Amino acid sequence: MKMARWILGTVILAGIGVWIIFRPIPFLFHHNLPNVGFFGRTLFILIVACFMCLYRIAKGPTSADRIVSTDILGIMLVGLCSILTVTTHRSWYIDIGIAWALQSFISTLALAKFLEGKDFDE
Amino acid sequence: MRSKVLLFLVSYLSWCLLTWVPDWQHLVVGIFVSAFVVFIIGDLFISGKHLSRYPIRCWYFAACYVPVLIWECIKANFDVAYRVIHPRLPIKPGIVRVKTTLKTDTALTFLANSITLTPGTMSVDIDREKGVLYIHWINIQATDIEGATKTIVKRFEEILGKIFE
Amino acid sequence: MNEIIGLILISVGLAFDLLGCLGLIRLPDVYNRLQAATKCVTLGTCSILFGTFLVVGVTTPGIKALLCLFFLVLTTPVSAHALARGAHRSGIKLWEGSVVDQYAEDKEGEA
Repeated sequence: MKMARWILGTVILAGIGVWIIFRPIPFLFHHNLPNVGFFGRTLFILIVACFMCLYRIAKGPTSADRIVSTDILGIMLVGLCSILTVTTHRSWYIDIGIAWALQSFISTLALAKFLEGKDFDE
Repeated sequence: MRSKVLLFLVSYLSWCLLTWVPDWQHLVVGIFVSAFVVFIIGDLFISGKHLSRYPIRCWYFAACYVPVLIWECIKANFDVAYRVIHPRLPIKPGIVRVKTTLKTDTALTFLANSITLTPGTMSVDIDREKGVLYIHWINIQATDIEGATKTIVKRFEEILGKIFE
Repeated sequence: MNEIIGLILISVGLAFDLLGCLGLIRLPDVYNRLQAATKCVTLGTCSILFGTFLVVGVTTPGIKALLCLFFLVLTTPVSAHALARGAHRSGIKLWEGSVVDQYAEDKEGEA
């Protein structure tokens, strides 16, 4: 049963990979960028990883699972902002990344405090 | 007083990096902003007195410490990747306690962060009176306190003790 | 040359991000998930940021990417530690296949 689930997941991931590799993606790019195909596939792989996090947020049995995957989703969106900086030649995407990293850290600390079951002013 | 000067230097440096391509207008505005930050939270940025005693020795050992940390971090990633891809999930998790001899706040913080980034271990809690750390270990090799201490803590404790104490 | 090394680093970071999220799905417990996801995603995102720095060079976004990398390395283990402690205090049990839980033993002894 476990083996069957492992094979099913491998087949799904391989299918998504093949679909990403053989699909031309002309959007969101600066016209001078040399490696258009590479960066397009990069963005799609990151979006697939974000959907895995969303699955754990929707399914997670306890609230701690949901908080953990929200934190991980925030860290991965920083990487997405960084790649968007390279592809679109707009430098303010990385500003969004820095602000997102700091704000996600503070909100995770507050949520951990809430999970511990204490008041916020300790 | 030293805390305020250090905080001013750190915030001015980070302001200069945030507004890169230095310009005299940015530098002058940065002086005012850093002075405002020091005026608000200047006393909270506690500086370690030990850092000023032997500065050259501290930086030498810090330069030894960073490559060790990066190498352990890369090894940790390959370890976790192997455990995730394997079909039968070869994990044997549990929480063990280890001893430490470090006392300073800064040293304990760096020790806990290094343990979190190294292969298979993650720090859960610290008991400062007994000098005990509780560590979640993804593949337990020794459950007694001496074996766990020898496997997890020893490689960082010596070098961190030389830096911070 | 710098650009090619940067692209290779970005690819490695993507692979580790994907593996971290796979661990988030596959592993059976909050603590194991936290461990796998934190390590893999931290190194993956730091690798992507350093690759960005190598691709764009010493310009405004490059320096900001380095600063962002520094913040991430400092803050991610702290938040993982806080989440693990909060989860254990709130009473979430370990996975049934786990070996020992000496933290819970010590907490029982105190209470």
